[in-house]
Amino acid sequence: MILLLAYGAVLFSFASGLLALMMDQRQVLLGLSQYWFKTFPHNHQYGRSVLEGRLQEAHYPDALRQAVFGLLGLSGMFAVLAGLGVMVGKEAFTDQISLGLPWLPWHVRFDSLSGFFYLIIGIGVGAVSLYGPGYVRAYDEGQHPFAALGLFTGLFVSGMLLVLLADDAFFFMIAWELMSVASYFLVAFQHENPANRRAAFLYLLMAEVGALAIILGFGVLASFSDGFTFDALREAKLSSTWASIAFVLALLGFGMKAGVVPIHVWLPEAHPVAPSHISALMSGVMLKVALYGLIRFCYDLIGDVHWQWGVVLLIVGTVSALGGILYAMMQVNLKRLLAYSSVENIGIIFMVLGLSMIFMDNGQPQLAALGFLAALFHAFNHALFKNLLFLGAGILQHQTHELNIDLMGGLIRRMPHTSKLFLVGCMSISSLPLFNGFVSEWLAFQTALQVDVLDNGVLRSLIPVAAAALALTAALAAACFVKVFGMIFLGQSRSRHCDNAHEVDDQGMLAGPSLLAGLCFLIGIFPGVIISLLNSVAGQLLGQTLPNDSALGWLWLAPVSAKQASYSPPLVLIAALIAGCISFWYLRRNPATVMRRAEPWDCGFGGLTPRMQYSCHAFTMPFRRIFANAWIVDERIDKDLQGAMDQDVAAIRYQLHIQDHSWPRLYEPIARGVDRLARQVGRIQTGNIRTYLGYSFATLLLLLWVVS
Amino acid sequence: MNWLIAMLQTTLFVALAPLLAGWLKCCKCRLQNRKAPSLFQPYRDLIKLTHKQPVVAGQASWLFTIAPYLVFSATVLAATVVPLIAVDLPTSASADVIVMVGFFAFARFFLALAGLDIGTAFGGMGSSREMTISSLAEPAMLMAIFTLTMTASTTNLSVAINHVLNDGLMLRPSFVFALLALILVAIAETGRIPVDNPSTHLELTMIHEAMILEYSGRHLALIEWASQLKLMLYGVLIANIFFPWGIAETFTAQALGYGLLAIIGKLAVLAIFLALAETLVAKMRLFRVQEYLSFAYLLGLLGMLSHIILEASR
Repeated sequence: MILLLAYGAVLFSFASGLLALMMDQRQVLLGLSQYWFKTFPHNHQYGRSVLEGRLQEAHYPDALRQAVFGLLGLSGMFAVLAGLGVMVGKEAFTDQISLGLPWLPWHVRFDSLSGFFYLIIGIGVGAVSLYGPGYVRAYDEGQHPFAALGLFTGLFVSGMLLVLLADDAFFFMIAWELMSVASYFLVAFQHENPANRRAAFLYLLMAEVGALAIILGFGVLASFSDGFTFDALREAKLSSTWASIAFVLALLGFGMKAGVVPIHVWLPEAHPVAPSHISALMSGVMLKVALYGLIRFCYDLIGDVHWQWGVVLLIVGTVSALGGILYAMMQVNLKRLLAYSSVENIGIIFMVLGLSMIFMDNGQPQLAALGFLAALFHAFNHALFKNLLFLGAGILQHQTHELNIDLMGGLIRRMPHTSKLFLVGCMSISSLPLFNGFVSEWLAFQTALQVDVLDNGVLRSLIPVAAAALALTAALAAACFVKVFGMIFLGQSRSRHCDNAHEVDDQGMLAGPSLLAGLCFLIGIFPGVIISLLNSVAGQLLGQTLPNDSALGWLWLAPVSAKQASYSPPLVLIAALIAGCISFWYLRRNPATVMRRAEPWDCGFGGLTPRMQYSCHAFTMPFRRIFANAWIVDERIDKDLQGAMDQDVAAIRYQLHIQDHSWPRLYEPIARGVDRLARQVGRIQTGNIRTYLGYSFATLLLLLWVVS
Repeated sequence: MNWLIAMLQTTLFVALAPLLAGWLKCCKCRLQNRKAPSLFQPYRDLIKLTHKQPVVAGQASWLFTIAPYLVFSATVLAATVVPLIAVDLPTSASADVIVMVGFFAFARFFLALAGLDIGTAFGGMGSSREMTISSLAEPAMLMAIFTLTMTASTTNLSVAINHVLNDGLMLRPSFVFALLALILVAIAETGRIPVDNPSTHLELTMIHEAMILEYSGRHLALIEWASQLKLMLYGVLIANIFFPWGIAETFTAQALGYGLLAIIGKLAVLAIFLALAETLVAKMRLFRVQEYLSFAYLLGLLGMLSHIILEASR
């Protein structure tokens, strides 16, 4: 039954993709419907009138979009139900589908881990399906056909869902490639811009390199076992060297998709150029599928993790988290900023996962479960708030035709609903209490603080430092999102586009983000729900669950023991409401103190202009100075001088370019190396026919020698 | 009963915060050969402000008017977590020290947003600087706190204080380092000299004051009160974690009374030291604050390492 739901989710997303192809087939559909009603003329009068209304030329595109996204929404709903079902039932389902090659049926396994990621995908896709119809209406049908967008969205979602179902390496890679290639076309959707084509190519290139690493990783496992099914791979007996090689390959492959520093460069290029609801899916959901792959590979297939891998993950995660947020802070393109912030969050998840591995190998399964749970919880939270923020960015782009933060401002008055939703996202991602981001961060800190149980002195001093880096990351994230919200929604508007912006009309475009914002808040208040779901995942994968909150009741969060640490968000919320209401009521009872509006303080010079406000670069200038080595900063101030002796400054131009270190340090050397190698190879291509004949002759001789 | 005492403690916290500010000002004035205002002057100021009509900039949004209430509530919530006169109260179990840091972050987040709301240069300047300093101070603070929590193997403040009480006076190197780190962070976070000067409105040096420049009336009162509360919170944290003696362990009237007297005494002494430091030290340039805070971080790290290397059980 649950497996059927899971299949249903895949089929619906596939169907939504196929339905999108009907965009230019209105005549065919019209003919079909007329034939249908001619052959079965009775008792369909109402349905007929509705259908024919939809098929009229004016309504057809809208109706089709609704239908396509409706199917996608159904897919999301099925995915949520299937995921919840399998996690509550705590039972794994297996199946075989005889697709693919005749002697290689697709093995399917649906267990709690897949179910949890099904839940993440389901929620993300559900929100996108509410949001989508309104958003894609803005695309011009001639230049950006909906058929392509809808088809590849459907394929993309079904690819992600299939990855989670796969139980053999072949099926896994097929689904993985379906996901990668479909998303390539989505990134390249607005292909008229050369930068977008370049980003899409970079994405495809890195996705394929990553896929190669994953295939090699499976290959290492397969060479120690008899077959490519995950059951066989689980049985493989690896020496610790080979296991480590497999781990490194998996980390490279899945890390490339997840976007850890320094193999993250495709992410800030590709995510901003895709349509916003696709960026939401890519950032919020697809990165989680990569995480799923890594967890499946390390915890399930390899089985016994080594603490050294944990250290690697911890270091990679710390670098990604800090690097991601520092790069994010310097961006002015909102979607690019959000993409970098995804790098940061993936880094946090990797850090906590690394802690879990360290505890696992040191004989502390309960703490390992805590870390594992914190990592998955953060993955879930990140899916919620990053989806929310990307959808919010989509609304902003839709309404203002602008993604440059420095050209926005004052939108809180023009777009009240969007601003509230976006604020919830910003608060969650800054991990403020009462929202979901805080809970997972709190759990991460709790995991890191249990370091006293370890024997290894180096680890015991390394982990607290990582915890402090996590604290720095959280604080920088708060600063970054103060900047984002402040520059976009507060202050005075900095461009004409923003002056004329108004709230989005389409209810669906607000409903999708509202759903996510509501979940962000609810899960921040009642984290126990997700934790009990995650306990079944940890139970199935690690054989260990948390003894959570039995002593204190379900309102409390006490992951280790009530004596060590506890947190009760509902109580905190009640206390906050009491404190807020008392001060609010007490201070406003006097009618003489009604608020008066006046001009702001302008130092007596009169006339504040929008250009006097702090801009994006001004806001982050102290950070730029303090963490100067984190970027390659190219700051230029050009003055137009005039007058006698060039004493008067007529105009000043300020230019700032900030670049990622990874390009010049890592990628450009590689590119140069490839070029050099190509030139070496090019030497044998002389262009002279005699030489080529000589090559053929030599080859022939060689082959003859081999054969004889 | 326990909940009642917890509420009483929070009320005391909120009520005593202006007194501490008044006492601090008194000490400072004496040290600087000035005539001190009354000890209760901060109360009068707050009352005066609440009776005034608040003037709000024309383009202010709802966020600007709601921010003071959020800032105040978050700071009060942080105060519920910290044991003032008694340990083992239920409120300190509902949120631990990491949540307390989270409350501070919450308050700061809205204060910084409010600074950006009007769109004046000062507001943005204050917000930017505040976020910079706090993002450097937060890891240093957590490092100091982690040292303590790892010694007591809990992040629950009440349990940690109990642990220090029961262990008796033991001079641990990690505690000394953590104490120093926490003091440095407290000075930075509460906006005292040498990081920020609360009593000046000089444009180029303002941090906290720049953000709240547009506030008046009851809004200003709430923000002022919240920052007084924050000062007291840090004071109580330092006093009760490192010198917890006198705090009530049973809920009898006598023990609670002693607890109150003890904390008032401790805070009074701490305030004298703070006033002394503020008189002796000049304010730093903004871009030296990073060195100051990384020094605090380093102290925290040293504390942590000395705990791990010297003191841990194995």
